[in-house]
Amino acid sequence: MSASVRIPTILRTYTGGQAEVPADGSTLAEVLESLERNHTGISARVLDDTGKLRRFVNVYVNDDDVRFSEGLATAVPDGASVSIIPAVAGG
Amino acid sequence: MAAQVTAASTTTPASTPSSSASGPAAEPELPPFGPAAALSCRECGTRYPLSPVFACLECFGPLEVAYDLPTGDPEALRKQIESGPTSIWRYAPLLPVPADVATKPNLHPGWTKLVKADNLARELGITGGLHVKDDTGNPTHSFKDRVVAIALEAARTFGLTTLSCSSTGNLAGAVGAAAARAGFRSCVFIPHDLEAGKVVMAAVYGGELVAIEGSYDDVNRFCSELIGDPIGEGWGFVNVNLRPYYGEGSKTLAYEIAEQLGWRLPDNLVIPIASGSQLTKIDKGLRELIKLGLVEDKPYKIYGAQAEGCSPVSAAFKAGHDVVRPVKPDTIAKSLAIGNPADGPYVLDIARRTGGAVEDVTDEQVVEAIKLLARTEGIFAETAGGVTVGVLKKLIETGQLDPTEETVVLNTGDGLKTLDAVAPTTGPTATIRPTLAAFREAGLA
Repeated sequence: MSASVRIPTILRTYTGGQAEVPADGSTLAEVLESLERNHTGISARVLDDTGKLRRFVNVYVNDDDVRFSEGLATAVPDGASVSIIPAVAGG
Repeated sequence: MAAQVTAASTTTPASTPSSSASGPAAEPELPPFGPAAALSCRECGTRYPLSPVFACLECFGPLEVAYDLPTGDPEALRKQIESGPTSIWRYAPLLPVPADVATKPNLHPGWTKLVKADNLARELGITGGLHVKDDTGNPTHSFKDRVVAIALEAARTFGLTTLSCSSTGNLAGAVGAAAARAGFRSCVFIPHDLEAGKVVMAAVYGGELVAIEGSYDDVNRFCSELIGDPIGEGWGFVNVNLRPYYGEGSKTLAYEIAEQLGWRLPDNLVIPIASGSQLTKIDKGLRELIKLGLVEDKPYKIYGAQAEGCSPVSAAFKAGHDVVRPVKPDTIAKSLAIGNPADGPYVLDIARRTGGAVEDVTDEQVVEAIKLLARTEGIFAETAGGVTVGVLKKLIETGQLDPTEETVVLNTGDGLKTLDAVAPTTGPTATIRPTLAAFREAGLA
């Protein structure tokens, strides 16, 4: 299973400046593991010390906020778009 | 003439001597961010130079402005403020703006009325005093002019040329107007289903207005992605990449309330919650006033107000949680309809730290409260004002707010923008022929 992950500006130092990178996995957790294998250090920016999504990170699988579904266990269909977005915007 | 109090900054040209032995020197350039020293992560404390960034590289936490605040005699600072412009710029020594900000093209918002609301107090059984901070008096009729004015100055300093935002309506109008006055391009984004009044008020200033097929949270996500794309280069999203500066504008509500009360703090404040930014910055402003010695250090309680149909912070408060679970909004209070509030966790911290609470009311209660405020004080609030007044009523009825204490309730926007909310239950008392007989027959004589 392959997904395309959209990387926010503040994490692009880990992806050589790329705004979108491929990753493998059938769940969000697996996609993040795949991301970490190719871009060392990036998962520690997205996950906290206990392995949960940081509270100021929003992650979407296609158009769905994973907090409304299964969090890290959210299924990632083949060809899905995963977006990592800082949560501190708006208002 | 009042003594001038200057910022004790070690990082700006202001600390550089302005004359030399060889003769008069050129006027030193004013520090573009006044007393602001850096951006600081509210979560982990990491500091960054003042720049158009909004999230911490380490932990994604929100960045906020850190200051070298004025030092010296509080009385001299009070006098300096009191002799300043009748706008938020009287507080320039406490904001991330240049000292000459009032000479630049902007909307000069603020210094709105603090209305002593004796009639409403009587209806609610408040004996300790009640005031309405009525921000309908701002140039585009909502508190958003305050925050946009600060973001505009940041955009000017950073050389950004397009002013933008994600908006539930009020902000779009404030950005459009500010951009028009200052000569910026504007391009603002709103959910497609906003009230007609807010859409017109956002579009009339001539900038680009884009309606997104989705909720506010969808609009917000879109804007966050746009700012990371080459399309967004040169754009100042007031509530995304300029959010640290933008948020500081809400501190001026705290400053004005304290000054208008005679340089003292009320016991209670009832504040609406959308993202939670306004509430957290009002708290920041109150703490700064105490730290600077401008007001007596006394306890105050902060109460947050939400509509039941979008009450993730209220739900978390009542459940004892310190995180906020996002919701899908469904309420007439569209200006507060943010299902994933960025500052929700901080609102919870503040309500608990100050001994306040977060409460919510139904849409029916919102409409009743809009009419109550209008009937008792002659103030026509938008739905967000209905939420705060409705929550105030509920807080008293449930014993969560002491009616013998002094309270300030915020009305952050004008009812003319949300006519739809009250139109179905508001209209002519009677429609009659133009005769005295008809007037009598209608039971009005």
